[in-house]
Amino acid sequence: MDALAFYIFAALALSSAVGVVVSKNIVRTAICLLGTLGGVACLYFLLDANFLAAVQLIVYAGGTLILIVFGVMLTSQSPWVVFSPTRGQVVAACFVALLMATGLITLFISTDWPTGPAAPLTASPKVADVGTVLLTQYLAPFEVASVLLLVVMIGAAYLARSEKQ
Amino acid sequence: MSQITLPWVERSPEKLSSYRRKAIFRLILIGALHLGLAGAAALWLQPFNADELADWKIVPTLVFFVGALAAGLGLVTAGLAVAYYKQIGRLLLFSYTAFAIFCSAVVGVCLLVWLHAWLFHVVQHPVSKSTNEIAVIGIPYTMSVDDVYATISAVEIPFTGGRTLAIPLLAYLIWPLQFAFVRDVVALAGIIGFVSIIPAFGIWWERKVAGRIQSRMGPMRTGGWHGWAQSAADGIKLVFKEDLIPPTGDPLLFKLAVYIAFIPPLLAFIALPFASAWVFRDLDVALLFILAMLGIEVLGVILAGWASNNKWSVYGAMREACQMVSYEIPMGMALLIPVMMAGSLQLGGTEGIASQQAGGFWNWFVFANPWCFMAFFIYYTASLASCKRAPFDLPESESELVAGFLTEYSGMRWSLFFFGEYVAMYVVSGLAVILFLGGWGSGLPKEWMPTGDSLSDVFFRGLLFEGPLWFVIKTTALFYVQMWIRWTLPRVRIDQVLYSCVQVLLPLTMIVLLVNTLWILCTEHLKWAWLITLNTWLHWILVAIGVVVFLGCLGIASYGYRNNRRLVGSMAAVQLPGS
Amino acid sequence: MLTEIGINHYLVLSALIFSLGILCMATKRNAIGILIGVELVLNSANINLVAFSKYQTGAADGHVFAVFVILLAAAEAAIAIAIFMNFYTSLRTIDVDRGDELKN
Repeated sequence: MDALAFYIFAALALSSAVGVVVSKNIVRTAICLLGTLGGVACLYFLLDANFLAAVQLIVYAGGTLILIVFGVMLTSQSPWVVFSPTRGQVVAACFVALLMATGLITLFISTDWPTGPAAPLTASPKVADVGTVLLTQYLAPFEVASVLLLVVMIGAAYLARSEKQ
Repeated sequence: MSQITLPWVERSPEKLSSYRRKAIFRLILIGALHLGLAGAAALWLQPFNADELADWKIVPTLVFFVGALAAGLGLVTAGLAVAYYKQIGRLLLFSYTAFAIFCSAVVGVCLLVWLHAWLFHVVQHPVSKSTNEIAVIGIPYTMSVDDVYATISAVEIPFTGGRTLAIPLLAYLIWPLQFAFVRDVVALAGIIGFVSIIPAFGIWWERKVAGRIQSRMGPMRTGGWHGWAQSAADGIKLVFKEDLIPPTGDPLLFKLAVYIAFIPPLLAFIALPFASAWVFRDLDVALLFILAMLGIEVLGVILAGWASNNKWSVYGAMREACQMVSYEIPMGMALLIPVMMAGSLQLGGTEGIASQQAGGFWNWFVFANPWCFMAFFIYYTASLASCKRAPFDLPESESELVAGFLTEYSGMRWSLFFFGEYVAMYVVSGLAVILFLGGWGSGLPKEWMPTGDSLSDVFFRGLLFEGPLWFVIKTTALFYVQMWIRWTLPRVRIDQVLYSCVQVLLPLTMIVLLVNTLWILCTEHLKWAWLITLNTWLHWILVAIGVVVFLGCLGIASYGYRNNRRLVGSMAAVQLPGS
Repeated sequence: MLTEIGINHYLVLSALIFSLGILCMATKRNAIGILIGVELVLNSANINLVAFSKYQTGAADGHVFAVFVILLAAAEAAIAIAIFMNFYTSLRTIDVDRGDELKN
């Protein structure tokens, strides 16, 4: 049952990722990204990372993706303008990507991963555990990240403001 | 309109009535065959004989007896309905018959749901204790039919003087429920059924509310009693409407947008509990999951506007995007306050947010302290904006943008957007009920609650103290408030929408969140005596305000009901000059 | 092998998504397309983090890292879109091949 679910969600994520690459229309690309994000969120549920799955859906699908679509609307001359790369660029890119995929997969499969903790993991980390770790062990990165978000907020507002005012 | 213009329908009345006779004949014949099969199966399998119970009979009994009986009865009823359609139609037009059918259908659905929940309980309880594994047809199972029969034989039916549920057929029916998969399928069917009732009922009710608020009657004709069949008639009309797709838009995204707008609110019901055990999957991040689903819905609206390739639609989509992205922040932050009070993101279960407000209505989080009280109203305002309900219905504002993102939609796709909107309204109301208004508790104090395990105790507990019934009642009340606001307040301008979010709600929510944090710190961890006293005083003042508001609303409603002949229709006339 | 899901399945999936992200970054000339490629790459990294957290350590560290990655991705998208809007106001296009001047 778990294996079936994994294959379904992995197929969703992968096929949408292929869609991202091949679709010419930028809004369709963004919608394919939604498929990938949703598939990956379902995989997080399978990996017992419920909190992460919910954050992925809220921040990525509900926030970042809307921002991207918004950006598309604000920056397009006409909805059907398509910039296509030259054939040489495509061939080179495919070659690099194929090389990278084969290299990574060979590496992952040939590595003998240590078998993990001695006892089988009965209790996977809950939301409360993630929160505890976030506010004790990783307090410094957490604070840095919040400062970074503030900087990003001010920076984005500064960059995007109209020049004339 | 004497002629039927559909091309595939025969036009001559003789042909039509011969078709009708054929249909009646075939329906009744096949139904009778099914009933005969069921009778033969009854003779062969002896499903009413308690001594003849056997595991191999489960599948044959379910297929050849129960299935054939249900199919036969259904087919014969359908045949009779076709034969006597004129008489049935006349009966339906007599208004109180329709009302009675409506009411008994509602009560019947409630009882059916109740029965199912109780069956789940009956089966799950012994399954969790039983350890024997049997595998006859390849599927391992823990309870044989005899075990199920023994379990239900121990259950007394209340008010019958000690008679028990010792019905062998029931044992066959309950047996499949021991598999989690079957229970999941039944639960999903229940959720989908409930969710499809919401928009049908909501649209009719909204039109009635709109009518009453505007001093008119609303739909009155279709189906007899107060136009109760209006939604069904609308649905039939919308299915047969031409489905237009703008040729210059993006047809694929145009079709996809509908599903992105209406599936996420449906998925939110996966994690939305109706009572502590009445939830499909009790996620520990249920609140975040529901918020995520409400957030994804926006994408559908933006896409709809974009794919229509129409200026009005794109304006609507842009408005929706900036409105949603800004209102999600105060909404999420206001929801953090009950989460902070409860220390959990889980909605259902015995440890979840709603269970921590069990007992009397003064335990509800909305009355806990002034900050929670404010957070409730902030959340409710933001949730109106997130469902794009008036006064925040800028994305479709029909007076300026034709219909906003809906401009190019028609027929079934258009109605699916409304489907999504009503379901989302129900979800945000349900969230408010669970987080602030005590969830599925009725508000009566815990001490009065019967705690026994007998069927009558379970019944009274579910009816009066806690259970899905109360969740649905409270949520429907908030659903009504959303309609009330929609038809009372005028639509605001887009700059006012953004002003009220970014410059009013957002700073207010930040202050409320900060002060609530400090408040919890000082009362629960530092234990400042004067603050605890102040907190208690404020708590009871808020409870008093709540009671007064509730009684006031009841009083106004009863006054309006008693004077409805005088009020309806007279209100507009009084305002006219010279009256 | 095929019915028992282990860490290798997740790693292979993430490698494939990573390569597709690289391909997307290399073949799109629309700046927002490149941003979407970056999101794919970040997602593949997150899958790895969570898979290792589940199958190797069993602790919440991987989840925390993934949360930080999601957060940084959101920040990155906000800044990137602001930059693209500036790019668009000065050049009237978001074709990245046209952005080869430091001053216009």
